Amino acid sequence: MSFSRARVSAVVRKELRDYRRNRFVVATMAALPLLFITLPTIQLVAANATAKALSLRIGLSLLYMLVVPVTMPSVVCAYAVVGEREQGTLEPVLSTPVRREELLVAKALAAFLPTLVIAYAVFGAFLAIAAAFAHPAVVSTIFAGSHVLVQVLFTPLLAGWAIWVGVAVSSRCTDVRVAQQLSVLGSVPPLVIVALMSLNVVPESTALAIGLAAALLAFDLLAWRVVAFMFDSERLLTGQRR
Amino acid sequence: MVSRPASLSCVEAPPPSVEPGAGVGSHSGQLAKSAQAEGPGRLRPLGHQRGAALVVEHLTKRFGDRVAFDDVSFEVGYGEVFGFLGPNGAGKTTTVRTLATLIAPSSGSAVVAGIPLSAKNAPAVRSRISMMPESPGLYLRLSVTENLQFFAGLYELDDASKRIGRALKAVNLEDRADDLCGSLSKGLRQRVALARALLNDPAVLFLDEPTSGLDPLATREVHELIASLREHGVTIFLTTHRLEEAERLCDRVAILNTRLRMVGRPDELRARLFRHSLEVRLRAPLRHPEALLRALPAVEGWEPMPSGYRLAVTDPEVAAPALARALVGAGAEILSITEPRHSLEDVYLELVDEDVEAKAR
Repeated sequence: MSFSRARVSAVVRKELRDYRRNRFVVATMAALPLLFITLPTIQLVAANATAKALSLRIGLSLLYMLVVPVTMPSVVCAYAVVGEREQGTLEPVLSTPVRREELLVAKALAAFLPTLVIAYAVFGAFLAIAAAFAHPAVVSTIFAGSHVLVQVLFTPLLAGWAIWVGVAVSSRCTDVRVAQQLSVLGSVPPLVIVALMSLNVVPESTALAIGLAAALLAFDLLAWRVVAFMFDSERLLTGQRR
Repeated sequence: MVSRPASLSCVEAPPPSVEPGAGVGSHSGQLAKSAQAEGPGRLRPLGHQRGAALVVEHLTKRFGDRVAFDDVSFEVGYGEVFGFLGPNGAGKTTTVRTLATLIAPSSGSAVVAGIPLSAKNAPAVRSRISMMPESPGLYLRLSVTENLQFFAGLYELDDASKRIGRALKAVNLEDRADDLCGSLSKGLRQRVALARALLNDPAVLFLDEPTSGLDPLATREVHELIASLREHGVTIFLTTHRLEEAERLCDRVAILNTRLRMVGRPDELRARLFRHSLEVRLRAPLRHPEALLRALPAVEGWEPMPSGYRLAVTDPEVAAPALARALVGAGAEILSITEPRHSLEDVYLELVDEDVEAKAR
């Protein structure tokens, strides 16, 4: 039996349906973008061209945008396995022909797609507000250099990392809340590297951005393999190792 | 009341590719075609199928030093309802999980629905079986239909909506199809879980404590459904604590207490474990019971009991008429002569007690 897109699609549809009816997930998906667009927008609209730390302020504002793809999938993915265990659905699912790789990819996609849509929508809204209301010098600084490229590249890559961390933690935890906290914690390290670039600690350049993105992509792919390897149905069902 | 499952043909598309040596011939494509020709919604009892639905040989599972089950061997024929009994911690659920490929055995082998148990064959095995765990395991924020749609997707069923309709009809839940599972009672959730287990027309259906926590009415409905599935040739592996349930529903039972203690029909187990006996109740005790009872054919021994005697016999059909004649001849007033029937519970308790005593020694 080969990798089945039909089974992946079934899991994705179910997950999205389940998320839509989960108040906590809906609240998270609504609250985080609001929070992380309000603060940086106020900062930028209030900024003027003469501010010495304009570049730093823009970097910080854009960094806020990247918190969305890090935190949102962490919170959502923490449900992925431990949530199934808690409601007793893991055993019936694992007793179907679905492969662990299919299940994991589907769970990841179900968290990735809404995250990407929301994160890009937030960034788009931020750019639109900035273009309409911020000082022209602020707008030109935002669109100059590699700011936009960093956002576009790192949003999916950071989300990917956060998803695999979330699924990995969820596979090992027995409590959803603990899983969420640990997932968010584990998702932060790559953001720190981006932060160093955004805050001009490391000189920002297109080449560096692409290099770091390639490295993060490699980490994401490696994380998928590690998580797939860690996903042991026997341990998940019995709490015991082979 | 639970309605009869419509078109539970227990046949499906030809099995997916499996490791060499897999004996998958028992569920033939021909049967599948003829079942499809019948069309949905019609009852189609299974014809005779050769081979065994389950062949388990010396299967053992250890978790570190702890032995979950040890050296378990048995066979289950197609269309059979096989009861799997044992005390808590005996290894019943672990055995089911192993046969359902969720857990890897430590040693031994098994063939499930014609496919040898192996990591490589696991998805193929799982496509031909169904498992209903003790907890219904439903997505409570999804409706009944949405739950079934999801599982139909995992089985990649082409005619999902027809199968969902049939499964809901089988468990008499058509009118609750759009209800959220979270709003259903425990009994109804159990029925949804059963409907889910029927979706892929499994060759072997594993039911782990299907009536656990259900009220008598819901229990009766589940029993009726199991009986109905048996009529249609579905092989059922029923794990249960309820001995009267096993006695009523199962063709054969196995009693597991880490090791398999006995396998057979309930009456066979009784015969193997308990000697035949007759109990006679008299208005007054006999004056010389030893002389009268010992002289009877097929009587091996006797002991007094309140208002009568208990006789150990080799053949009750020979001993009973002879006993009646002898008692009448001796002028005794007979109140009753009965052959006490040991229940499956007696067999179970006898075996489990033996284990407890053996451990204490």
